Amino acid sequence: MLETAPPHAKEHQTDRFHGGLIGRQPTPPQDVSRLKKSKRDQGFHPGWLVAPATTWLIVFLVVPLIGIVVFSFWTPKSGGMTPDFSVANYVNFFAQEGFLDTDHRNFLKPSIFVTTLWTTFRFTFTVMIICLIIGYPIAYFLAMQVKNFKWQLALFLLAMVPFWTSYLIRAVAWLPMLGRRGLFNKMLQSLGIIDKPSSFFLYSEFGYTMALTQLYVVLCIGPIFFSLAKIDKAIIEAAKDMGATNFQVFREIILPLSLPGVAIGMIFLFVMLMGEFATAVVVYGGKTSTTGTVILNYYAIANYPFSAVNAIMLMLAMMIGVVFILRIVDIRKEL
Amino acid sequence: MARWTRRRAQALAVKTGFSFYYIVFIIFIFGPMIAMFVLSFQGRRGGSSFPMRGFSFYWWERLLQPSTIGDLQGALGRSLILALVVMAITALFATMLAMAFRRKFWGSNILFYTVMLGLMVPGVLLSLGLATLMRQLGIPPAWWSSGLGVHVVWTLPFGFLVMMAVFNRFDSRLEEAARDMGASEWTVFREVTLPLILPGIVAAGLFGFTLSYDEFARTTLLSGEFNTLPLDINAQMTQRVRPTLFALGTASTIFSLCLIGLFVVVYTILYRRSR
Repeated sequence: MLETAPPHAKEHQTDRFHGGLIGRQPTPPQDVSRLKKSKRDQGFHPGWLVAPATTWLIVFLVVPLIGIVVFSFWTPKSGGMTPDFSVANYVNFFAQEGFLDTDHRNFLKPSIFVTTLWTTFRFTFTVMIICLIIGYPIAYFLAMQVKNFKWQLALFLLAMVPFWTSYLIRAVAWLPMLGRRGLFNKMLQSLGIIDKPSSFFLYSEFGYTMALTQLYVVLCIGPIFFSLAKIDKAIIEAAKDMGATNFQVFREIILPLSLPGVAIGMIFLFVMLMGEFATAVVVYGGKTSTTGTVILNYYAIANYPFSAVNAIMLMLAMMIGVVFILRIVDIRKEL
Repeated sequence: MARWTRRRAQALAVKTGFSFYYIVFIIFIFGPMIAMFVLSFQGRRGGSSFPMRGFSFYWWERLLQPSTIGDLQGALGRSLILALVVMAITALFATMLAMAFRRKFWGSNILFYTVMLGLMVPGVLLSLGLATLMRQLGIPPAWWSSGLGVHVVWTLPFGFLVMMAVFNRFDSRLEEAARDMGASEWTVFREVTLPLILPGIVAAGLFGFTLSYDEFARTTLLSGEFNTLPLDINAQMTQRVRPTLFALGTASTIFSLCLIGLFVVVYTILYRRSR
């Protein structure tokens, strides 16, 4: 600590380079221990290290999100909005005309925006479950069955490659598979399962769900793989030595220990899928809308406050979902 | 003894089953892309689905000609420049943040969650928020300003997590030894820390480049009058789907794969050297 160093040490420090004339002199060893800074002062100051990134995040992440909240209370006018406080946007989100009128046919019927959010959630939930069912065995295989580290890494990277390629292009790639003259129809026809081309695949719930699964499944494999790979193999050996069956080992050891990874993967999928909008347009032909497409449509017709309300409802739904997942699995121990 | 062999046989059967499942999974993941790849060589008179009517490079040639819709070459250039800048900023910020997080400091928890928020917020929300804000302030969005901003917000968490993992395994005694020998902070960083964390920085940069190059949702409302490549692809999709689109998709995918390969090679070389 510099403060407690005796005067001669300070003197020495100020004249360490002799005005740069004689060159650098080696510091006598007995002084080094005194000059040595405390652990706290080592390294660069955190304030300088985090300042640029923090500023960036505030400008491009925090302020825009606060902006959405603020704008959702503004009043739309043609071609823009005015800063007049109003909750009409929220009312419009939930209620349609005749919502409280007992004689009206729309009495207590949820508005189209609520149903859209519900549809978005339904697809998200379905795809999450399918991804978990498909992805977990893959992660299990890679982490538990492949013993050779090089093979493990190679097979894992192979499965993760789509993560680094354009997701839009992967969505486009589904088009030749699903259409009336697409590969699926061709295959089913040649197998004799169907005799006429079916329009069951493209622009249908089935095709949409399958495309979403293929696009997003890699996102949950990563976290599950990492939590499985962390499991100490000695525990499994011990359980087996005490006569546990494979299924018991899985149920009592592997599954509970992999739950944090499952939770992280599910949160990841949930958040991404709720905000999904491009695949709905490409593979579902815009036949249904997700809340994401609603937001963009209202932005396009310059009703910014209403777009913001939809965005906030989406955010709320996501927060509820994430908190719900965290209630089931405590991932804090993992971080 | 008999039981032992039965166990082994069982284990082998399980492993074979899983291997088979893995292969099916890989086909499921790559199948559509391979179909797209094949269809990009569709004959001149062929359509956007099977069967193939001849084999030609017609649609690939169309890709190189000045296109009627959109500005493909320009979009590619912009995407590459943007991705390179995002890569540099991601690597720099991720390293700085992770170095700061080696110690506890005031507000470190809030900062951690703010960085992670960039990963969690759906692109469409961020796009909407910033676009509306800029409209209200009268600043026109552009790919090199607002686009760059949200891209870094998206890539930074990945780079940050990579660098955190790197520093978790970092042996601080090496730095302390250098300090004890009288090295200044900059010297310690340049001579000791940097060479050891360089592979991690490359990995963080890989995330920055590829995620930015493919980014679509966040850029939708924020690229201004000039499109990035994914936006241009999206614009083409709203037109009639032609095999040109498949050629473009194939080219872009191959480019991404080459890039991953390049990064893996660079990473391996640096990693070996840092040992």
